[in-house]
Amino acid sequence: MHSLSNRSKVVVNKEMTLKEKMYLPAIFGGMMITIKHFFKRKPTIQYPEQKREFSKVYRGRHILKRDEQGRENCTACGLCAVACPAEAISIVAAERKKGEEHLYREEKYAKTYEINMLRCIFCGLCEEACPKDAVYLTEELAPANFDRSNFIFGKDKLVQPIGTSAHPKTYKPYKK
Amino acid sequence: MEIFLIDKIVLIVAVFGITLLFALYSTYAERKVAAFIQDRLGPNRAGAFGLLQPLADGVKFFLKEEFIPKHADKALFILGPSVSMTTALMTSAVIPWGNSLELFDRVISLQITDLNIGILYVFAVVSIGVYGIMIGGWASNNKFSLLGALRASSQMISYEIAMGLSIIALIMTTGTLSIGEIVQQQNAPILGISGASWNIIYQPLGFLIFLICAFAECNRTPFDLPESENELVGGYHTEYSSMKLGFFLFAEYTNMFISAAIMSSLYFGGYNFPFMDQLGLPHNLVTIMGTIFLFAKIVLFIFLFMWVRWTLPRFRYDQLMRMGWKMLIPLALINIIITGLLIIVLK
Repeated sequence: MHSLSNRSKVVVNKEMTLKEKMYLPAIFGGMMITIKHFFKRKPTIQYPEQKREFSKVYRGRHILKRDEQGRENCTACGLCAVACPAEAISIVAAERKKGEEHLYREEKYAKTYEINMLRCIFCGLCEEACPKDAVYLTEELAPANFDRSNFIFGKDKLVQPIGTSAHPKTYKPYKK
Repeated sequence: MEIFLIDKIVLIVAVFGITLLFALYSTYAERKVAAFIQDRLGPNRAGAFGLLQPLADGVKFFLKEEFIPKHADKALFILGPSVSMTTALMTSAVIPWGNSLELFDRVISLQITDLNIGILYVFAVVSIGVYGIMIGGWASNNKFSLLGALRASSQMISYEIAMGLSIIALIMTTGTLSIGEIVQQQNAPILGISGASWNIIYQPLGFLIFLICAFAECNRTPFDLPESENELVGGYHTEYSSMKLGFFLFAEYTNMFISAAIMSSLYFGGYNFPFMDQLGLPHNLVTIMGTIFLFAKIVLFIFLFMWVRWTLPRFRYDQLMRMGWKMLIPLALINIIITGLLIIVLK
Protein backbone atom coordinates (compact mmCIF):
# COMPACT_ATOMS: atom_id res chain seq x y z
CA MET A 1 0.00 0.00 0.00
CA HIS A 2 1.21 3.46 -0.78
CA SER A 3 2.22 5.36 2.30
CA LEU A 4 0.79 8.82 2.75
CA SER A 5 3.36 10.15 5.19
CA ASN A 6 6.44 8.42 3.76
CA ARG A 7 7.43 7.67 7.33
CA SER A 8 6.12 4.13 7.69
CA LYS A 9 8.70 1.39 8.04
CA VAL A 10 8.24 -2.19 6.96
CA VAL A 11 8.65 -4.49 9.94
CA VAL A 12 11.12 -7.27 9.33
CA ASN A 13 12.02 -9.89 11.88
CA LYS A 14 15.61 -10.12 10.78
CA GLU A 15 18.48 -11.53 12.78
CA MET A 16 20.30 -9.00 14.91
CA THR A 17 23.78 -8.08 13.81
CA LEU A 18 26.71 -8.55 16.18
CA LYS A 19 26.66 -4.86 17.05
CA GLU A 20 22.99 -5.06 17.92
CA LYS A 21 23.47 -8.27 19.86
CA MET A 22 26.05 -6.63 22.07
CA TYR A 23 23.40 -4.08 23.14
CA LEU A 24 26.14 -1.77 24.42
CA PRO A 25 26.44 0.65 21.46
CA ALA A 26 22.68 1.14 21.48
CA ILE A 27 22.65 1.53 25.26
CA PHE A 28 25.43 4.09 25.06
CA GLY A 29 23.55 5.99 22.35
CA GLY A 30 20.45 6.03 24.50
CA MET A 31 22.38 7.25 27.51
CA MET A 32 23.80 10.12 25.48
CA ILE A 33 20.26 11.17 24.61
CA THR A 34 19.09 11.07 28.22
CA ILE A 35 22.11 12.98 29.52
CA LYS A 36 21.37 15.69 26.98
CA HIS A 37 17.90 15.99 28.44
CA PHE A 38 19.37 15.99 31.95
CA PHE A 39 21.04 19.33 31.33
CA LYS A 40 18.25 20.86 29.27
CA ARG A 41 16.28 23.82 30.55
CA LYS A 42 13.09 22.55 32.11
CA PRO A 43 9.83 23.95 30.73
CA THR A 44 8.03 23.49 34.06
CA ILE A 45 5.98 26.42 35.35
CA GLN A 46 5.92 26.49 39.15
CA TYR A 47 2.16 26.84 39.30
CA PRO A 48 1.00 28.67 42.40
CA GLU A 49 3.92 31.12 42.25
CA GLN A 50 4.16 31.40 38.48
CA LYS A 51 1.21 31.44 36.16
CA ARG A 52 1.14 30.85 32.47
CA GLU A 53 0.08 33.84 30.42
CA PHE A 54 -3.19 33.23 28.69
CA SER A 55 -3.40 33.82 24.99
CA LYS A 56 -4.93 37.15 23.98
CA VAL A 57 -7.86 35.33 22.41
CA TYR A 58 -8.44 33.01 25.35
CA ARG A 59 -12.10 32.32 25.97
CA GLY A 60 -12.95 31.80 29.61
CA ARG A 61 -16.14 32.32 31.62
CA HIS A 62 -18.66 34.90 30.49
CA ILE A 63 -19.47 38.34 31.65
CA LEU A 64 -22.50 40.50 30.98
CA LYS A 65 -21.38 44.07 30.32
CA ARG A 66 -22.63 47.33 31.70
CA ASP A 67 -22.19 50.58 29.80
CA GLU A 68 -20.36 53.72 30.98
CA GLN A 69 -23.30 54.74 33.17
CA GLY A 70 -23.52 51.35 34.81
CA ARG A 71 -26.57 50.17 32.87
CA GLU A 72 -26.81 46.61 31.63
CA ASN A 73 -26.25 46.32 27.92
CA CYS A 74 -28.26 43.15 27.40
CA THR A 75 -31.66 43.61 25.78
CA ALA A 76 -32.61 39.94 25.91
CA CYS A 77 -32.78 39.67 22.12
CA GLY A 78 -31.86 35.99 22.40
CA LEU A 79 -29.34 35.97 19.56
CA CYS A 80 -26.69 34.51 21.85
CA ALA A 81 -29.00 31.68 22.84
CA VAL A 82 -29.77 31.03 19.19
CA ALA A 83 -26.09 31.09 18.25
CA CYS A 84 -25.08 28.79 21.06
CA PRO A 85 -24.29 25.37 19.58
CA ALA A 86 -24.45 23.74 22.99
CA GLU A 87 -27.74 25.35 23.93
CA ALA A 88 -26.31 26.45 27.21
CA ILE A 89 -27.95 29.86 27.40
CA SER A 90 -31.47 30.52 28.52
CA ILE A 91 -33.00 33.97 28.86
CA VAL A 92 -36.23 35.30 30.27
CA ALA A 93 -36.96 38.79 29.02
CA ALA A 94 -38.80 41.55 30.87
CA GLU A 95 -39.89 45.13 30.12
CA ARG A 96 -38.17 48.04 31.77
CA LYS A 97 -40.41 49.90 34.20
CA LYS A 98 -40.42 53.62 34.89
CA GLY A 99 -37.61 54.54 37.22
CA GLU A 100 -35.38 51.67 36.12
CA GLU A 101 -33.64 53.69 33.40
CA HIS A 102 -30.46 53.78 35.44
CA LEU A 103 -30.36 49.97 35.55
CA TYR A 104 -31.04 48.91 31.97
CA ARG A 105 -29.96 50.67 28.83
CA GLU A 106 -32.96 49.80 26.64
CA GLU A 107 -36.65 49.15 27.13
CA LYS A 108 -36.23 45.40 27.28
CA TYR A 109 -33.84 43.57 29.55
CA ALA A 110 -33.01 40.02 30.67
CA LYS A 111 -34.85 39.17 33.88
CA THR A 112 -32.88 35.95 34.11
CA TYR A 113 -29.84 35.14 32.07
CA GLU A 114 -28.45 31.67 32.77
CA ILE A 115 -25.50 29.87 31.26
CA ASN A 116 -25.03 26.22 32.04
CA MET A 117 -21.27 25.97 32.41
CA LEU A 118 -21.41 22.19 32.09
CA ARG A 119 -22.92 22.51 28.64
CA CYS A 120 -20.93 25.52 27.48
CA ILE A 121 -18.07 24.69 25.15
CA PHE A 122 -16.52 28.17 25.35
CA CYS A 123 -16.67 28.62 21.59
CA GLY A 124 -17.38 32.33 21.88
CA LEU A 125 -20.24 32.34 19.35
CA CYS A 126 -22.44 34.17 21.85
CA GLU A 127 -19.88 36.95 21.95
CA GLU A 128 -19.85 37.03 18.14
CA ALA A 129 -23.64 37.06 17.92
CA CYS A 130 -24.33 39.79 20.47
CA PRO A 131 -25.38 43.05 18.74
CA LYS A 132 -25.31 45.06 21.96
CA ASP A 133 -21.76 44.38 23.19
CA ALA A 134 -23.30 42.67 26.19
CA VAL A 135 -21.75 39.22 26.51
CA TYR A 136 -18.02 38.72 26.55
CA LEU A 137 -15.75 35.83 27.40
CA THR A 138 -13.12 36.78 29.96
CA GLU A 139 -9.81 35.22 30.89
CA GLU A 140 -11.11 33.53 34.03
CA LEU A 141 -11.60 29.78 34.23
CA ALA A 142 -15.03 28.57 35.21
CA PRO A 143 -14.32 27.40 38.76
CA ALA A 144 -14.82 23.82 39.91
CA ASN A 145 -17.67 22.89 42.19
CA PHE A 146 -19.02 19.88 44.03
CA ASP A 147 -22.62 20.41 42.96
CA ARG A 148 -23.96 20.32 39.43
CA SER A 149 -26.62 22.90 40.21
CA ASN A 150 -23.91 25.42 41.03
CA PHE A 151 -22.67 25.29 37.46
CA ILE A 152 -25.71 27.11 36.20
CA PHE A 153 -24.50 30.69 36.37
CA GLY A 154 -27.22 33.27 36.79
CA LYS A 155 -27.06 37.03 36.55
CA ASP A 156 -25.56 37.23 40.04
CA LYS A 157 -22.40 35.63 38.76
CA LEU A 158 -22.39 36.94 35.22
CA VAL A 159 -23.14 40.66 35.35
CA GLN A 160 -20.13 42.92 35.51
CA PRO A 161 -19.68 44.43 38.99
CA ILE A 162 -20.47 48.14 39.17
CA GLY A 163 -17.44 50.39 39.12
CA THR A 164 -15.16 48.20 37.06
CA SER A 165 -13.66 49.30 33.76
CA ALA A 166 -16.35 49.77 31.15
CA HIS A 167 -14.65 49.24 27.83
CA PRO A 168 -15.59 45.78 26.61
CA LYS A 169 -12.52 45.17 24.47
CA THR A 170 -10.01 45.96 27.16
CA TYR A 171 -12.08 44.66 30.01
CA LYS A 172 -10.03 41.92 31.74
CA PRO A 173 -11.57 41.92 35.19
CA TYR A 174 -9.75 38.92 36.60
CA LYS A 175 -6.26 39.76 35.44
CA LYS A 176 -3.93 40.97 38.16
CA MET B 1 41.26 -4.18 73.91
CA GLU B 2 38.53 -1.84 75.14
CA ILE B 3 39.93 0.97 73.05
CA PHE B 4 39.91 -1.32 70.04
CA LEU B 5 36.26 -2.13 70.69
CA ILE B 6 35.36 1.54 71.02
CA ASP B 7 37.09 2.26 67.70
CA LYS B 8 35.16 -0.46 65.99
CA ILE B 9 31.82 0.46 67.55
CA VAL B 10 32.23 4.10 66.50
CA LEU B 11 33.19 2.99 63.01
CA ILE B 12 30.27 0.57 62.76
CA VAL B 13 27.78 3.20 63.87
CA ALA B 14 29.28 5.72 61.44
CA VAL B 15 29.19 3.32 58.50
CA PHE B 16 25.65 2.24 59.42
CA GLY B 17 24.52 5.85 59.58
CA ILE B 18 26.22 6.82 56.35
CA THR B 19 24.80 3.81 54.53
CA LEU B 20 21.29 4.63 55.67
CA LEU B 21 21.76 8.29 54.83
CA PHE B 22 22.93 7.38 51.35
CA ALA B 23 20.02 4.99 50.86
CA LEU B 24 17.63 7.68 52.10
CA TYR B 25 18.96 10.32 49.77
CA SER B 26 19.26 7.87 46.88
CA THR B 27 15.47 7.82 46.80
CA TYR B 28 15.52 11.60 46.48
CA ALA B 29 18.31 11.50 43.91
CA GLU B 30 16.46 8.85 41.94
CA ARG B 31 13.40 11.03 41.68
CA LYS B 32 15.46 14.07 40.78
CA VAL B 33 17.48 12.24 38.13
CA ALA B 34 14.32 10.72 36.69
CA ALA B 35 12.70 14.12 36.57
CA PHE B 36 15.68 15.86 35.00
CA ILE B 37 16.04 13.18 32.35
CA GLN B 38 12.34 13.53 31.57
CA ASP B 39 12.59 17.35 31.38
CA ARG B 40 10.83 17.84 34.70
CA LEU B 41 11.97 19.38 37.98
CA GLY B 42 11.17 16.60 40.45
CA PRO B 43 10.36 17.04 44.13
CA ASN B 44 11.07 20.64 45.14
CA ARG B 45 8.41 21.54 47.68
CA ALA B 46 9.60 19.95 50.95
CA GLY B 47 12.47 22.12 52.11
CA ALA B 48 15.00 23.82 49.84
CA PHE B 49 15.18 21.93 46.53
CA GLY B 50 12.90 19.33 48.12
CA LEU B 51 15.74 18.09 50.32
CA LEU B 52 13.34 17.14 53.11
CA GLN B 53 11.35 14.88 50.78
CA PRO B 54 12.98 11.63 52.02
CA LEU B 55 12.04 12.53 55.60
CA ALA B 56 8.46 13.16 54.54
CA ASP B 57 8.45 9.83 52.72
CA GLY B 58 9.86 8.10 55.79
CA VAL B 59 7.22 9.60 58.07
CA LYS B 60 4.56 8.53 55.60
CA PHE B 61 5.89 4.97 55.55
CA PHE B 62 5.70 4.80 59.33
CA LEU B 63 2.19 6.21 59.50
CA LYS B 64 0.68 4.01 56.80
CA GLU B 65 -1.55 1.12 57.79
CA GLU B 66 0.34 -2.06 58.55
CA PHE B 67 -1.49 -4.70 56.55
CA ILE B 68 -0.86 -8.44 56.55
CA PRO B 69 -3.04 -10.49 54.19
CA LYS B 70 -5.27 -13.10 55.83
CA HIS B 71 -3.74 -16.06 54.04
CA ALA B 72 -0.17 -14.93 54.38
CA ASP B 73 2.28 -16.75 56.62
CA LYS B 74 2.73 -14.12 59.31
CA ALA B 75 6.18 -15.10 60.57
CA LEU B 76 7.69 -15.45 57.10
CA PHE B 77 5.88 -12.31 55.94
CA ILE B 78 7.75 -10.31 58.57
CA LEU B 79 10.98 -12.23 58.10
CA GLY B 80 11.22 -11.40 54.38
CA PRO B 81 11.91 -7.66 54.54
CA SER B 82 14.00 -8.12 57.68
CA VAL B 83 16.34 -10.51 55.88
CA SER B 84 16.54 -8.16 52.89
CA MET B 85 17.44 -5.21 55.05
CA THR B 86 19.89 -7.07 57.30
CA THR B 87 21.88 -8.61 54.47
CA ALA B 88 21.93 -5.33 52.60
CA LEU B 89 23.56 -3.66 55.60
CA MET B 90 25.98 -6.48 56.44
CA THR B 91 28.21 -6.15 53.40
CA SER B 92 29.52 -2.75 54.38
CA ALA B 93 31.66 -4.38 57.11
CA VAL B 94 34.44 -5.48 54.77
CA ILE B 95 34.66 -2.39 52.58
CA PRO B 96 37.67 -0.18 53.31
CA TRP B 97 36.15 3.28 53.70
CA GLY B 98 39.56 4.88 53.95
CA ASN B 99 43.21 4.11 54.60
CA SER B 100 44.01 4.69 58.28
CA LEU B 101 43.99 7.56 60.72
CA GLU B 102 46.79 8.24 63.21
CA LEU B 103 45.02 9.52 66.30
CA PHE B 104 46.21 9.58 69.92
CA ASP B 105 49.39 7.66 69.03
CA ARG B 106 47.37 4.84 67.55
CA VAL B 107 46.68 3.75 64.00
CA ILE B 108 42.98 3.31 63.34
CA SER B 109 42.01 1.45 60.19
CA LEU B 110 38.92 2.79 58.48
CA GLN B 111 37.81 -0.69 57.51
CA ILE B 112 35.59 -2.38 60.07
CA THR B 113 37.18 -5.75 59.51
CA ASP B 114 39.71 -6.83 56.89
CA LEU B 115 38.56 -10.40 56.36
CA ASN B 116 41.12 -12.39 54.42
CA ILE B 117 38.19 -13.82 52.45
CA GLY B 118 36.38 -10.51 52.13
CA ILE B 119 35.15 -11.12 48.58
CA LEU B 120 33.73 -14.52 49.48
CA TYR B 121 31.98 -12.91 52.46
CA VAL B 122 30.41 -10.31 50.17
CA PHE B 123 29.17 -12.99 47.80
CA ALA B 124 27.81 -15.11 50.63
CA VAL B 125 25.88 -12.22 52.15
CA VAL B 126 24.56 -11.03 48.78
CA SER B 127 23.33 -14.56 48.06
CA ILE B 128 21.43 -14.61 51.34
CA GLY B 129 19.80 -11.35 50.22
CA VAL B 130 17.78 -13.32 47.66
CA TYR B 131 16.16 -15.21 50.53
CA GLY B 132 14.55 -12.02 51.75
CA ILE B 133 12.82 -11.52 48.40
CA MET B 134 12.05 -15.23 48.03
CA ILE B 135 10.58 -15.54 51.54
CA GLY B 136 8.61 -12.33 51.14
CA GLY B 137 7.18 -13.42 47.80
CA TRP B 138 6.36 -16.90 49.06
CA ALA B 139 4.80 -15.75 52.33
CA SER B 140 2.48 -13.28 50.58
CA ASN B 141 0.50 -16.23 49.17
CA ASN B 142 -0.18 -14.36 45.97
CA LYS B 143 0.65 -15.49 42.47
CA PHE B 144 2.16 -12.16 41.43
CA SER B 145 4.40 -12.08 44.47
CA LEU B 146 5.45 -15.66 43.91
CA LEU B 147 6.23 -15.01 40.25
CA GLY B 148 8.27 -11.98 41.20
CA ALA B 149 10.14 -13.96 43.81
CA LEU B 150 10.82 -16.80 41.37
CA ARG B 151 12.11 -14.36 38.80
CA ALA B 152 14.30 -12.70 41.40
CA SER B 153 15.86 -15.93 42.55
CA SER B 154 16.50 -17.41 39.11
CA GLN B 155 17.89 -14.10 37.90
CA MET B 156 20.18 -13.80 40.89
CA ILE B 157 21.47 -17.32 40.46
CA SER B 158 22.16 -16.81 36.76
CA TYR B 159 23.98 -13.54 37.23
CA GLU B 160 25.88 -14.54 40.33
CA ILE B 161 27.78 -17.11 38.27
CA ALA B 162 28.98 -14.55 35.74
CA MET B 163 29.74 -12.13 38.56
CA GLY B 164 31.80 -14.73 40.40
CA LEU B 165 33.68 -15.64 37.24
CA SER B 166 34.50 -12.01 36.51
CA ILE B 167 35.81 -11.70 40.06
CA ILE B 168 37.97 -14.81 39.63
CA ALA B 169 39.89 -13.05 36.86
CA LEU B 170 40.39 -10.11 39.20
CA ILE B 171 41.62 -12.38 41.98
CA MET B 172 44.06 -13.98 39.54
CA THR B 173 45.69 -10.60 38.92
CA THR B 174 45.62 -9.44 42.54
CA GLY B 175 46.37 -12.76 44.19
CA THR B 176 44.27 -12.03 47.26
CA LEU B 177 40.69 -12.31 48.47
CA SER B 178 40.94 -9.51 50.98
CA ILE B 179 39.28 -6.31 49.78
CA GLY B 180 41.59 -4.24 51.99
CA GLU B 181 44.63 -5.69 50.28
CA ILE B 182 43.14 -5.35 46.81
CA VAL B 183 42.59 -1.65 47.44
CA GLN B 184 46.09 -1.32 48.94
CA GLN B 185 47.63 -2.85 45.81
CA GLN B 186 45.97 -0.23 43.62
CA ASN B 187 48.06 2.38 45.39
CA ALA B 188 51.11 1.22 43.41
CA PRO B 189 52.50 3.86 41.06
CA ILE B 190 51.84 3.55 37.34
CA LEU B 191 53.73 5.77 34.87
CA GLY B 192 55.07 7.63 37.88
CA ILE B 193 51.63 8.51 39.20
CA SER B 194 50.99 7.02 42.63
CA GLY B 195 47.55 5.72 43.57
CA ALA B 196 46.52 5.25 39.97
CA SER B 197 47.08 1.57 39.11
CA TRP B 198 43.41 0.85 39.27
CA ASN B 199 42.22 -2.62 38.39
CA ILE B 200 39.98 -1.27 35.63
CA ILE B 201 43.19 -0.91 33.57
CA TYR B 202 43.96 -4.63 33.90
CA GLN B 203 40.40 -5.93 33.88
CA PRO B 204 38.20 -3.80 31.58
CA LEU B 205 36.13 -6.73 30.35
CA GLY B 206 35.87 -8.16 33.84
CA PHE B 207 34.59 -4.82 35.11
CA LEU B 208 32.00 -4.60 32.36
CA ILE B 209 30.68 -8.06 33.24
CA PHE B 210 30.74 -7.19 36.93
CA LEU B 211 28.85 -3.95 36.26
CA ILE B 212 26.13 -5.67 34.25
CA CYS B 213 25.79 -8.37 36.90
CA ALA B 214 25.65 -5.72 39.63
CA PHE B 215 22.68 -4.18 37.84
CA ALA B 216 21.00 -7.58 37.81
CA GLU B 217 21.86 -8.29 41.45
CA CYS B 218 20.39 -4.99 42.56
CA ASN B 219 17.20 -5.66 40.56
CA ARG B 220 17.68 -2.39 38.74
CA THR B 221 16.40 -1.62 35.27
CA PRO B 222 16.98 -3.11 32.70
CA PHE B 223 16.88 -6.18 34.94
CA ASP B 224 14.05 -5.22 37.28
CA LEU B 225 11.85 -8.13 36.28
CA PRO B 226 11.14 -9.23 39.87
CA GLU B 227 9.10 -6.11 40.47
CA SER B 228 8.04 -5.26 36.93
CA GLU B 229 5.03 -3.19 37.87
CA ASN B 230 3.16 -3.47 34.60
CA GLU B 231 3.00 -7.26 34.52
CA LEU B 232 3.33 -8.33 38.17
CA VAL B 233 1.63 -5.41 39.97
CA GLY B 234 4.62 -4.99 42.24
CA GLY B 235 6.33 -8.37 42.09
CA TYR B 236 7.51 -9.76 45.41
CA HIS B 237 6.34 -6.71 47.39
CA THR B 238 2.80 -6.58 46.00
CA GLU B 239 1.20 -7.45 49.35
CA TYR B 240 3.49 -5.33 51.47
CA SER B 241 2.59 -2.03 53.03
CA SER B 242 3.92 0.50 55.49
CA MET B 243 7.47 0.14 56.78
CA LYS B 244 7.81 -3.47 55.60
CA LEU B 245 7.47 -2.22 52.05
CA GLY B 246 9.80 0.57 53.04
CA PHE B 247 12.37 -2.01 54.14
CA PHE B 248 12.23 -3.79 50.79
CA LEU B 249 12.65 -0.55 48.86
CA PHE B 250 15.29 0.67 51.26
CA ALA B 251 17.20 -2.59 50.92
CA GLU B 252 17.27 -2.04 47.16
CA TYR B 253 18.86 1.37 47.57
CA THR B 254 21.26 0.11 50.23
CA ASN B 255 22.30 -2.66 47.86
CA MET B 256 22.89 -0.09 45.18
CA PHE B 257 25.10 1.94 47.50
CA ILE B 258 27.04 -1.13 48.61
CA SER B 259 27.58 -2.43 45.09
CA ALA B 260 28.73 1.03 44.04
CA ALA B 261 31.20 0.94 46.94
CA ILE B 262 32.40 -2.55 45.98
CA MET B 263 32.86 -1.60 42.35
CA SER B 264 34.80 1.50 43.37
CA SER B 265 36.96 -0.56 45.71
CA LEU B 266 37.63 -3.50 43.42
CA TYR B 267 38.06 -1.74 40.09
CA PHE B 268 38.44 1.98 40.67
CA GLY B 269 41.07 2.12 43.36
CA GLY B 270 38.81 2.53 46.39
CA TYR B 271 40.18 5.39 48.46
CA ASN B 272 43.21 5.81 46.19
CA PHE B 273 43.42 8.84 43.98
CA PRO B 274 46.10 9.94 41.52
CA PHE B 275 49.17 11.68 42.99
CA MET B 276 48.02 10.82 46.52
CA ASP B 277 51.55 10.11 47.85
CA GLN B 278 53.28 12.81 45.82
CA LEU B 279 51.39 15.73 47.30
CA GLY B 280 53.51 15.64 50.45
CA LEU B 281 50.50 16.15 52.70
CA PRO B 282 50.19 14.68 56.21
CA HIS B 283 48.95 11.11 56.34
CA ASN B 284 45.64 11.88 58.06
CA LEU B 285 44.74 14.54 55.51
CA VAL B 286 45.48 12.16 52.63
CA THR B 287 43.29 9.54 54.30
CA ILE B 288 40.40 11.95 54.64
CA MET B 289 40.82 13.09 51.04
CA GLY B 290 40.90 9.45 49.99
CA THR B 291 37.62 8.80 51.77
CA ILE B 292 36.09 11.80 50.03
CA PHE B 293 37.35 10.46 46.70
CA LEU B 294 35.85 7.06 47.48
CA PHE B 295 32.49 8.65 48.17
CA ALA B 296 32.75 10.70 44.98
CA LYS B 297 33.28 7.47 43.05
CA ILE B 298 30.33 5.89 44.84
CA VAL B 299 28.10 8.85 43.99
CA LEU B 300 29.15 8.62 40.35
CA PHE B 301 28.29 4.93 40.28
CA ILE B 302 24.93 5.55 41.90
CA PHE B 303 24.29 8.20 39.28
CA LEU B 304 25.23 5.67 36.60
CA PHE B 305 22.72 3.22 38.07
CA MET B 306 20.00 5.86 37.87
CA TRP B 307 21.06 7.15 34.47
CA VAL B 308 20.76 3.66 33.03
CA ARG B 309 17.46 3.07 34.78
CA TRP B 310 15.84 6.09 33.19
CA THR B 311 17.30 5.33 29.78
CA LEU B 312 16.57 1.68 29.16
CA PRO B 313 13.40 -0.34 28.98
CA ARG B 314 13.17 -3.70 30.72
CA PHE B 315 14.54 -6.87 29.18
CA ARG B 316 12.18 -9.67 28.35
CA TYR B 317 12.64 -12.68 30.58
CA ASP B 318 14.03 -14.95 27.87
CA GLN B 319 16.40 -12.20 26.78
CA LEU B 320 17.56 -11.86 30.35
CA MET B 321 18.26 -15.56 30.67
CA ARG B 322 19.90 -15.81 27.26
CA MET B 323 22.14 -12.88 28.06
CA GLY B 324 23.15 -14.30 31.44
CA TRP B 325 23.89 -17.85 30.37
CA LYS B 326 24.85 -17.53 26.71
CA MET B 327 26.72 -14.24 26.69
CA LEU B 328 28.02 -13.19 30.09
CA ILE B 329 29.17 -16.57 31.40
CA PRO B 330 31.16 -17.48 28.23
CA LEU B 331 32.59 -13.95 28.16
CA ALA B 332 33.65 -14.24 31.78
CA LEU B 333 35.28 -17.59 31.04
CA ILE B 334 37.14 -16.13 28.06
CA ASN B 335 38.23 -13.28 30.31
CA ILE B 336 39.68 -15.77 32.79
CA ILE B 337 41.58 -17.59 30.04
CA ILE B 338 43.00 -14.37 28.59
CA THR B 339 43.97 -13.15 32.05
CA GLY B 340 45.69 -16.45 32.80
CA LEU B 341 47.58 -16.43 29.52
CA LEU B 342 48.72 -12.84 30.03
CA ILE B 343 49.89 -13.60 33.56
CA ILE B 344 51.98 -16.52 32.26
CA VAL B 345 53.38 -14.50 29.36
CA LEU B 346 54.21 -11.39 31.37
CA LYS B 347 55.82 -13.13 34.35
